[in-house]
Amino acid sequence: MIPVECYFVLSALLFFIGVYGFVTRRNLIAMLISVELVLNAVDINFAAINRLLYPNGNEGMFMTLFVIGVAAAESAVAIAIIINVYRQFKSDSVDAIQNMKR
Amino acid sequence: MANLVMFIILAVVILGSAVLCVTTKRIMRAATFLLFVLFGVAGIYFLLDYTFLGAAQVSVYAGGVTMIYVFAIQLVSKRTLQGFEERVKSSKMIAGGLAALAGLVVVCLILLKAGFYTQEIANVEVPMKEIGMALVGSGKYQYVLPFEFISVFLLACIIGGLVVARKEEKDV
Repeated sequence: MIPVECYFVLSALLFFIGVYGFVTRRNLIAMLISVELVLNAVDINFAAINRLLYPNGNEGMFMTLFVIGVAAAESAVAIAIIINVYRQFKSDSVDAIQNMKR
Repeated sequence: MANLVMFIILAVVILGSAVLCVTTKRIMRAATFLLFVLFGVAGIYFLLDYTFLGAAQVSVYAGGVTMIYVFAIQLVSKRTLQGFEERVKSSKMIAGGLAALAGLVVVCLILLKAGFYTQEIANVEVPMKEIGMALVGSGKYQYVLPFEFISVFLLACIIGGLVVARKEEKDV
């Protein structure tokens, strides 16, 4: 049997690897990939807490399911914005964007 | 015991791919390593006997979201595909590493000090009928409202994405 702390440590490590990527990368798509890492860390926590601490309910599982749906929608809109930014500024770096509107 | 071995393998795959994902210079490689992380997380769900969740993770994340990323990289980062290296300032790298490490220490201390009691789980998966009934039922512990909200939200995101990404007819 795996204690729930193992899952917590795994997801905490994944979360802060994502935070590190979000802070250091300057490419918009790379930052978005880091956000996906953070979201997956949170999903692991929801599923593990539900399964190992409160196995009688299903709340954590449904929360994870909805988070997956929201993350898919979020990344689609973010990619649309990034493509539009590239069209406007001819760059995919955050440093290239000085004003919201040219 | 077998579960523990599987967990260690999955943890090594997830963490190694995640570290490579945030440190590699090429964006396309970062997307590929993200795919490995997503498969590893799906494996964690299978390990927890959430079969439906693992299948949703593989089909939505690994199948859909990663594909969106690959298309976006192909559309946007022509220079990054041709070996353009993103330069990261070492001061920024140290600052980010320190911030992440501080947060990690705080979170780990809190979680490990809390003293959770892990229950012995019977290795049974949640039956599919129960998931389906709970998703579209309106009673207690049933989730029709968030389900409908997510569908409307997805529709709004599709329309928003189309509006944002469409080509302007007249140049201002």
